[in-house]
Amino acid sequence: MRVRLGIDDLENLAQGAAFLGAGGGGDPYIGMLLARHAIEEFGMPEIIEPEALADDEPVFTSAMFGAPTVLMEKAASGEDIDLAVNTLAAHTGKQPVAISPIEIGGMNSMIPIVAAARLGLPIVNSDGMGRAFPEIQMTTYNVYGVSATPAVIVDEHLQTVIVETADARRAESIMRSCAIEMGLSVIVSCYPLTGRQVKQYGVSGTLKIALGVGRALAEGRTQGRPVQAVQTFLHTTPYYNTCEVLFDGKIIDVRRETRRGFVIGHCHLMASDGSQDNCHIEFQNEHLIARLNGNTVAVVPDLITVVDHETGQTITTESLAYGQRVQVIGTSAAPIMRTPEALAVFGPRAFGIDEDFVSLAEIHKR
Amino acid sequence: MRIGIDVGGTNTDAVLMDGSLVLASHKTPTTTNISDGIINAVNSIISHSQLAAEKIQAVMVGTTHFTNAFVERKGLLKVAVIRLALPASRGLPPMIDWPEDIAAIIGDHHYLVKGGYEYDGRLISEFDEKATLAAAREMKANGIKAIAISCMFSPLNAEMEACARDIVLAHIPDAAITLSSSIGRLGLLERENAAIMNASLASLASKVVNSFRCALRELHIKAPFYISQNDGTLMTADFVEQHPVLTFASGPTNSMRGAAYLSGLKDTLVVDVGGTTTDIGMLCNGFPRESSVAVDIGGVRTNFRMPDVLALGLGGGSLVKDNGTVTVGPQSVGYQLTEKARVFGGDVLTASDIAVAAGYADIGDAKRLAGLDSRLVGLAVQAMYVLVNAGVDRMKTSAEPVPLVLVGGGAVLLRDAIPGVSKVIVPDDAGVANAIGACIAQVGGKVDKVLSYDTHGRNKVIERARQEARQMAIAAGARPDTVEIIDFEELPLQYMPGNSVRLKVRAAGQLMLP
Repeated sequence: MRVRLGIDDLENLAQGAAFLGAGGGGDPYIGMLLARHAIEEFGMPEIIEPEALADDEPVFTSAMFGAPTVLMEKAASGEDIDLAVNTLAAHTGKQPVAISPIEIGGMNSMIPIVAAARLGLPIVNSDGMGRAFPEIQMTTYNVYGVSATPAVIVDEHLQTVIVETADARRAESIMRSCAIEMGLSVIVSCYPLTGRQVKQYGVSGTLKIALGVGRALAEGRTQGRPVQAVQTFLHTTPYYNTCEVLFDGKIIDVRRETRRGFVIGHCHLMASDGSQDNCHIEFQNEHLIARLNGNTVAVVPDLITVVDHETGQTITTESLAYGQRVQVIGTSAAPIMRTPEALAVFGPRAFGIDEDFVSLAEIHKR
Repeated sequence: MRIGIDVGGTNTDAVLMDGSLVLASHKTPTTTNISDGIINAVNSIISHSQLAAEKIQAVMVGTTHFTNAFVERKGLLKVAVIRLALPASRGLPPMIDWPEDIAAIIGDHHYLVKGGYEYDGRLISEFDEKATLAAAREMKANGIKAIAISCMFSPLNAEMEACARDIVLAHIPDAAITLSSSIGRLGLLERENAAIMNASLASLASKVVNSFRCALRELHIKAPFYISQNDGTLMTADFVEQHPVLTFASGPTNSMRGAAYLSGLKDTLVVDVGGTTTDIGMLCNGFPRESSVAVDIGGVRTNFRMPDVLALGLGGGSLVKDNGTVTVGPQSVGYQLTEKARVFGGDVLTASDIAVAAGYADIGDAKRLAGLDSRLVGLAVQAMYVLVNAGVDRMKTSAEPVPLVLVGGGAVLLRDAIPGVSKVIVPDDAGVANAIGACIAQVGGKVDKVLSYDTHGRNKVIERARQEARQMAIAAGARPDTVEIIDFEELPLQYMPGNSVRLKVRAAGQLMLP
């Protein structure tokens, strides 16, 4: 079935995308404003299912790339979003029939909507992360052998860089250098896909799931049960269906340290039921691992989201602060993200955590 | 000798202070023309203390007038916006997220011009003088006098905004121009919003500041006067005429600072219990902790300096209901407390009645509560503490117990111990804490920049930022020997090259008195 997004859906999608961002992906607020502006000018894009794509039809991605602190000062202009896709089309000699999100969590749920609206293309109900991740190689496409390049980077002057590398990790490092030179807020179109690759390797259904999470939150709030509403909704989905409240409590400490060139954060929580239970979350851009009384209760790539106890609103890692009353929610990642090949790219060890991945479902069976 | 005045929506309070002594205070209703209320309040304290007007060295005013005007959309001007950022930022034109009613008042005279900086200070584009000139001409033709100028990364470098201002002023000499760099911090849209809000208040600002001047002239006070801003520091009257928006949250700030002053504590929780709400804030080093999230005022998102205050729907006039569970608030009889509450002869059960029944307070006529179910009283007290305890816990910055200063007319509601609080202090003069807060306000300076440690090293860069904040405080009128760094924050930036950090430093000192 073909569906069009409404302006009112954007707010819900932003809220849902923030939840699936697992603490990262950046504040979707600016992205939402960009999408609203584009939709007002160019009309609503249509959402299509991956199955609607023919195997050989080209599908391009669109995303913002840079540092969240810079994005809030310098956002995309619109032409840069078009140009990234159009340059990739010229370079590959292929015209995309649809735009796909590469990262459903956070800000990058919105940029593909801008691209689709502006280019008059449909947007695919699928993405390459099923959540948010900090680096370009951390996609299911890369895991299953799709090349991250040719990739196009565009800045606000509409200067373009085309990157071709041997592997996705090197694409990340070269693109990061370009982004720094170009002002740390750029638009990229990478991982040129085919319909077959979207169907086989994409995390399918995520755009509508993000929208569903946002709607559930909004409806749940009117009954004072936002988190339960999200759980009820996610239980009906094909693979976010293990969704548990891992902890209910108060943040008693947030510390940050620099490790391996990244800022690693630690968030300590104390139970609100008066018990001595404590929870510790380690985060980079996203939450990586949650431990209850020292025992792992959820670990990347399963999603760990911290939400406000009252409103269910996602609290991103940069906004965590002492005293917040929160719930820590664990949500299972798609099976396609939990295979040995996938865990090698974005499992615990890819983030320097010396533990094997154990899925939420297994942990909760014990 | 100093006078502190708080011009609130309901009351105008004045206090006379000599050094740290409160010599006299007076509360009087706020008048529509502002001056009369000020004259009444100040006359009362002057005559009470038999003081000659010449003895007064400075007057400090706190006011919520501009906040109320913006929220109620009263007295606002049409504003033209110049944004220096092209080719960046076209996707988000100015005022994209403003509510329609206020956007219609402000208008859509937006000029996107080439210019702006990158995060590291490089140019995005050369400043486009011609386009700025053309914009100025058009504004002149349209008769627009209030102008907001924003520029990408202007908190790092305000030069381009200043160039644009000079060009506009050359064309419209009487223009009221707001530079975004003088008001907000990083976050282009929010900073620009604050600049536009500020520009829209330009004519009201002259009017209000002028009525302050008139009142003082009529009182024969020749001393300079200052107006307190959101972060508890002072601005000169001339500066406020240019930056009215910086008073937006001065109300709660003054009350918190006044409470701290009366108690002699610098690091403490402050709980201000009014008729309808309870404001809870945290003082760190004598100043309110700032909010880290975007603050929405009258439906417009901003990010300028605001104290982090948690407002609870609990006050002396809060309604007490028993529908199976006993609840207190958020509905309140408000200013009608002295007619509607049971102890005052009314028929509404309020939090004040509960305080009397529980023996916490002795107000009104306790006999009117005869027959009140003692179980209900117990549960209502419990409900109030559940609210306050959770609020206190939420606002604390660490798990350690901290003192709590209780002010406001509803302070009698609370007597029992609050978890996580080492002691509860209820100072004298708590009713005029706002005016005292204004009276003791300091002058400050602030640096908020993204800097790199690569070239000069961490220590040197930090020391330079601290120096800059100190210099800004001194330039604003602080006595150099009293200037202290009151806040320092270092945020490492993800993905940024060269050990980049965002440094926030605030310095403040006592006002240099003549």
